[in-house]
Formats: sequence, structure tokens, C-alpha cells
Amino acid sequence: MSLAKRIIPCLDVDNGRVVKGVNFVDIRDAGDPVEIARRYDAEGADEITFLDITASSDDRETMVHVVEQVASEVFIPLTVGGGIRKVDDIRRMLNAGADKVGINSAAVARPEFVREAAERFGSQCIVVSIDAKRVSAQGEAPRWEIFTHGGRKATGIDAVEWAERMVELGAGELLLTSMDRDGTKIGFDLDYTRTISDRVNVPIIASGGVGNLDHLVDGVIKGHADAVLAASIFHFGEYSVEEAKRHMADAGIEVRL
Amino acid sequence: MSKTVAVIDYGMGNLHSIAKALEHADADARVDVTADPARILAAGHVVFPGVGAIRDCMHELESTGLREVVLRAAAERPFLGICLGMQAMLGHSEENGGVATLGLIPGEVRYFGDDLADAGGTRLKVPHMGWNQVAQVTHPLWAGIDDGTRFYFVHSYYADPGDAAHRAGTSEYGRVFTAAVARDNLFGVQFHPEKSQKAGLQLLANFLGWNG
Repeated sequence: MSLAKRIIPCLDVDNGRVVKGVNFVDIRDAGDPVEIARRYDAEGADEITFLDITASSDDRETMVHVVEQVASEVFIPLTVGGGIRKVDDIRRMLNAGADKVGINSAAVARPEFVREAAERFGSQCIVVSIDAKRVSAQGEAPRWEIFTHGGRKATGIDAVEWAERMVELGAGELLLTSMDRDGTKIGFDLDYTRTISDRVNVPIIASGGVGNLDHLVDGVIKGHADAVLAASIFHFGEYSVEEAKRHMADAGIEVRL
Repeated sequence: MSKTVAVIDYGMGNLHSIAKALEHADADARVDVTADPARILAAGHVVFPGVGAIRDCMHELESTGLREVVLRAAAERPFLGICLGMQAMLGHSEENGGVATLGLIPGEVRYFGDDLADAGGTRLKVPHMGWNQVAQVTHPLWAGIDDGTRFYFVHSYYADPGDAAHRAGTSEYGRVFTAAVARDNLFGVQFHPEKSQKAGLQLLANFLGWNG
């Protein structure tokens, strides 16, 4: 009897519709968020994450309604990331039925925001997203740096040090996305996931690069992730969440079946 | 006849999901999310939720004047504490340097510890977050739910009732801990039934059908 590793389908939502970027650039339409969330729930998803990639603030209101609708009929944990910049953004999402919010660029702009958010709402609902690229040369000790603006802007911040700082400030969970791998389907950056997972005492979600079910297994076994997040392999029907869980169970990983 | 369930709104966490889950669990239930003492005490069933830190929880109960209302509701009708609400039902919590709680069920709320490990020596992270199995102790609220079913947890502290007879379920995370408490008309769960899919809805339906 022990805690199950989690599988988290991620839905990128733009103005109320689910889309998925490849390397954060190309966008394909994959459908209605409520319908897709309902399907993932039925297949046994352990949580669902919504990434709001909408640019305008008008459309952010749409996201609140999406969360409200999903939370009214899907009874598993829901996380919303994207555009969370103020304490009030968090309150609105939690009131709409989200259980956790993902904070990314707002933390880079002002790390104290993470402390304020955790003090106000509790660490259990503060997920800090860390988007990083490997910046070390071949043969060097691996090093990753935080990038913002969809991977276009380097910050000079070391990702491992950043992860430790975010946990000190009150992050209850870290979502690690390798921007080198995102959309590539060649698997997680396992060194990145493992290095940070071994360094901090909060759960780690691995993200970025899943192309097949072995990648999910590797994320847990080799990457030491507590949860694995994937988008496109589920949206386009390549695999169901249930198949993914059976595959992980067959590899000896404890999952909720 | 419709039955009313009050969800006590004392400012500790969003109650949208709990209200929706109760409505789904029992179509006949009239769910009232409220801070109004009269409405809480008029309801046949009372749900006492909560997320966050215990000091804030007790502070909110005092400042809203709801502490006495909670105690009165707990004295006489089916009462369900969830997560921090369940922890507040015990006598004392280690969190925030030590906080006296409601004392509905004797016992202490303790921290998991920073050096938690499983039987194989693998370090376990805190908070305990995710789906874990619950071993049941016979109680009407488990009806229709298989022993060992997984529920969704997220917490760093756990209840340790002084009397083992008040344990209604246990789970394991580095140690065996109490996942559910029960005493007479009181039931409390550390996990989130409103986020535990079918099993969670079944537990809520059982609660609404329970006479305590």
C-alpha cells in the first residue's frame, strides 16, 4: 500500500479551446476543454492541468468559465497555469473550482509573489512552473537556465538553484518543463528532472517531450518524478490515459487503476 | 423530501467543488454554502471543510463567531470534517508552533517530518500529495467502496487520535497514519472526497444518507 505516481494530461487552452503547440509555436485545434476533461477523467487521469495560453485579458475571463464548467462535473484535482500574476488571479481560479495554480513568469519577475501566494492560500495549491533549457556544452557538467516568453528570453537564472529557492518561498510542487524537449516527442530531459527531484523535498512533475509510453516510465524511474505530464499523446488519441497507466503498472510503477 | 446539507463557509478555501460534488452525489440534496449560524443549524447534515494552515483556521472560526456554531452542529447531527476541517476536530495540532483545536475527538495532529522514508529506504516528500489507498474500519460511510480504494490526499500533517477506537481508516506514507476518524455522529477524512472521483462521490452520498 503506497502513494501512486500520477499521470496528468495537460490541456493548452487558447480563448476557451484546447490547442497544443509544438515547441510552443505551431498550434493545432484539439477541441472542447470540458469534453476532453470528461474523457480523461473517465480514462482514469489522476489530475488535469490547464495551461491558459491566451494573450488578452478579456479572454482570461473565458478561462475562469472553463474551470467552473469542468469543476462542476469532473471530480479530480484541477490545476490552472498561465497568466497568474496577482493574488486576485489565484483567488478567482480557486473560487472557480481549481485546486492549484501554476505560477511561472510572475515568479521570475518577483519571487516574493510565491511567498505571498503560499501564505495566503497555502503551499498545497501553489505549483511553480520552471521552464528551462540546457545551457552546458557537451561534456560539461549539465546546467540548465530559466527561460521566459515561451523560451525566447534567457534570464541567466540557474534552474536548480531556482527550484530550491521556490520551495523555500513556499512552492508546494514544481512543474519542470524542458524547453529543449517540449513538442519533440523524444522523451523528458531526465537529468533535469532527476537533479531537481533529488534536491528538493516537494513533489516534482516532469513535462516536455513525451512521445511514447516508455517515456512516462522513464520519467518516474530514471527521472525520479512524482508525476508525469503529457499533452499531445493523449489529445490526438495515440494513447489513452488508461493504456498509459497499464504500461506504467507493467513496468512496476504503482498507479491508480 | 429534500434534505439540506450546510457547507460551513468560514473563509478557509474554495467550496465550489465540495458543493458541486455533494449535488452530484445526491440529486435530492439541497446544498447550502453558508456562514449564517441559523442556516447551518437548520441543516440536517453539516460539512466542515478547510484547506490551509490550522492557526488561520482557528482564527477564522473565532473571528466569524462560528466556533460555537460548529460545536453545536457537531453535538447533534451528522457532521463531516474534510482535510483541515478534520484536523480541527482533534484536540491539538503541532502546526504553527502548536495550536489548540476543537477537541471533538481527543488526539493530536502531527507533522510527517522531513526525514520520511518508505520501507525500502527511499526518501518520501512532504506534502503527501496524490492518490493513496485507505484501509477501512467498518463504518456506514464506507458502504459500496472497496477496502483499499485510493483517495486523493494533499497534506503535511496527519491526525493521531488518542483512542484507536476513533480511527475509521488508515493509510501509509512512511508510517501508518489515520486517514479517517469517527465518533458517534462525527466523521472526518484527511483526503478530499470531492476530488476523489467515484469513490469520493460514493462517500459523500453515504454521508448524506447517514443518520449519524
